Amino acid sequence: MANLSPKKNEMPSQLPNVRNKNFSEVALGYTKEQAIDEANRCLNCKNKPCTGGCPVAIDIPAFISKIKEEDFEGAYQIITRSSSLPAVCGRVCPQEVQCEQRCVRGKNGEPVAIGRLERFVADYHNAHATKPAEKPASNGHRVAVIGSGPSGLTCAGDLAKKGYDVTVFEALHLAGGVLVYGIPEFRLPKNIVQKEINTLKELGVNIETNMVIGKTESIDELFEEGFEAVFIGSGAGLPRFMNIPGENYKGVYSANEFLTRVNLMKAYKDASHTPILHAKKVAVVGGGNVAMDAARCALRLGAEEVSIVYRRSAEELPARAEEVEHAKEEGVTFRLLTNPVEILGDEHKFVTGLKCVEMELGEPDASGRRSPVVKENSDFVLDVDCVIMSIGTSPNPLIKSTTKGLETQKWGGIVIDEETGLTSRPGVYAGGDAVTGAATVILAMGAGKTAAKAIDEYLQKH
Amino acid sequence: MYQIITKRSLNPTVTLMEIDAPKIAKKAEPGQFIILRVDEEGERIPLTIADFDREKGTVTIIFQIVGATTEALNHKNEGESICDFVGPLGTASHTDGLKKVAVIGGGVGCAIAYPIAKKLHQSGCEVHAIAGFRNHDLVILEDEFKNVSEKLMIMTDDGSYGQKGLVTNALKELIDSGEQYDEVIAIGPLIMMKFVCALTKEYGIKTTVSMNPIMIDGTGMCGGCRLTVGGQTKFACVDGPDFDGHLVDFDEAIERSSMYRDFERQEHEKTCNLFKKEVE
Repeated sequence: MANLSPKKNEMPSQLPNVRNKNFSEVALGYTKEQAIDEANRCLNCKNKPCTGGCPVAIDIPAFISKIKEEDFEGAYQIITRSSSLPAVCGRVCPQEVQCEQRCVRGKNGEPVAIGRLERFVADYHNAHATKPAEKPASNGHRVAVIGSGPSGLTCAGDLAKKGYDVTVFEALHLAGGVLVYGIPEFRLPKNIVQKEINTLKELGVNIETNMVIGKTESIDELFEEGFEAVFIGSGAGLPRFMNIPGENYKGVYSANEFLTRVNLMKAYKDASHTPILHAKKVAVVGGGNVAMDAARCALRLGAEEVSIVYRRSAEELPARAEEVEHAKEEGVTFRLLTNPVEILGDEHKFVTGLKCVEMELGEPDASGRRSPVVKENSDFVLDVDCVIMSIGTSPNPLIKSTTKGLETQKWGGIVIDEETGLTSRPGVYAGGDAVTGAATVILAMGAGKTAAKAIDEYLQKH
Repeated sequence: MYQIITKRSLNPTVTLMEIDAPKIAKKAEPGQFIILRVDEEGERIPLTIADFDREKGTVTIIFQIVGATTEALNHKNEGESICDFVGPLGTASHTDGLKKVAVIGGGVGCAIAYPIAKKLHQSGCEVHAIAGFRNHDLVILEDEFKNVSEKLMIMTDDGSYGQKGLVTNALKELIDSGEQYDEVIAIGPLIMMKFVCALTKEYGIKTTVSMNPIMIDGTGMCGGCRLTVGGQTKFACVDGPDFDGHLVDFDEAIERSSMYRDFERQEHEKTCNLFKKEVE
């Protein structure tokens, strides 16, 4: 029987003042009963608008119907027809602006909690699966994927399911890209990422770590070795800084560096040899999801005060509403309409403060956002001993500089055909942050999926 | 896993290892570096490539035992393996068209200066090598340098070997005696490179230095290795590690290199104690 409650089943979570001191996962996941109850809120409408909102086009009502029937493995099989990383997406997708935004139930109450159901199904499978995923028969074609982040893994998974012999080249010592170096343990446990990657390996995907394409080998060499197509999913590159005085003082991190130390190198664990500053008062500059991750990591490392410093107002915060909410609950202070102008330091160049000015919103700019203007004589100093710059990245230069004929935008992003992901080089496709600049996990997955389809069509013609 | 093919102690605190890494050996050029991790819990550290053998498929690294990671690395023996070894990273040193160069190495920096001197020598360039050490016990690569240079001056702080004095004393002496260099290449402690650059600036001689800041990924992702060169922020891992020494802000680089000094000292002590316990 349909569940007519206007509210979603709430997500069981660690309490804010408990979780802000540990790195364990914040959201604990639905129980079987909660999942079935939530699934029964789905009306199984014919035109399924939710599926149109999913970048990888999961047949959402179909998998939810299986949950209603308590056939959780069946639900998993439906999801994995479209997504190679369901346990990841169920956790980090911005469902509120994708599938859930289009849910009919959302017109008169809250939409069905599609993301939470996806997570439940994937976790159920991971906890109960007994036999490995079946490796499809080989079609004899070899494809190289550069980067093992969300776009690369999706592209690799989709191609492996079609029988391609796929090798993923990863520059770091561990596969997963931003899923392992960027997104923190408390939002996406690393054993979950590892399980998803293991599933891809069972499908026959070969992963080579410590391979920096553009340095250890070039794209041309990959073709010489017999790869017939290449997908570039090399991700975000060099962090941006504000070019204000004091940015190279000790205690100023890029969000990439701070998160890499904490997540990939496990600097929060005693056993890790990788150092990290245990600051008392931290300012995180920027308002995106990465800024929220950095702020929440800083709290967990023991900071007494953590502030988000953002030059626009709450409405313009690019982070997901849920991430902002979580950060606030945990005790992060939001200093909005505030812009840093200088980082102050002591005689040994350790950070002692962040000089800021207050801003007010002026006329909308080209992007439609109201651009912030400095209030006169409004400067003040925030008392901090650590500043984390989280204002975006520019694409990694290594592949661009070593691949002849690969066209890029002025700012470094790889130029592609939107429909196929094809670059200016025949047989070379690209997607994810290397193309778009910093974006979301699911958009990168969508790009990996598009390219996989195009690579399949290209190689079938050859 | 990457196997240690040979291991040799160059002096009580400096060790040479040849690592089996054919793909890196195939591409390596003087001036480039690798990033390694000793074991699963280890940190990532950058080390400049000291030599390579494309046929044998090996890459040589020379490291000073200064912290937990280099201590752990030094406890690995021939035949054993290290967990991760990635490269070649960074840009290669520019040696084209140089006819006469002074190559200066300070301490373990000689390990990086040597392959550059070797490449210059092989391309027909006249090489004057100056190698500085604290004392006689710490002298490394003397024969190697001798083989690739027209002139070699060994300097020690205490005069226990070669001449007493700093590498800058030797360089000044050579320049004042009329030697004219197209370029000076200086690799060693930051403070040494700073003073070499101050000297060569007076004489207007182009000077290249190799920077070795704190790094994590080494592939242009984290930005930890940034430094100021000519007033602009540069990333040693992708823009370097070689830079125009007259443009580098050495004082800032010296401050940044000390960021984790206390932590590193503690970790090193912990690691030493751990190895001591194993012996007991």
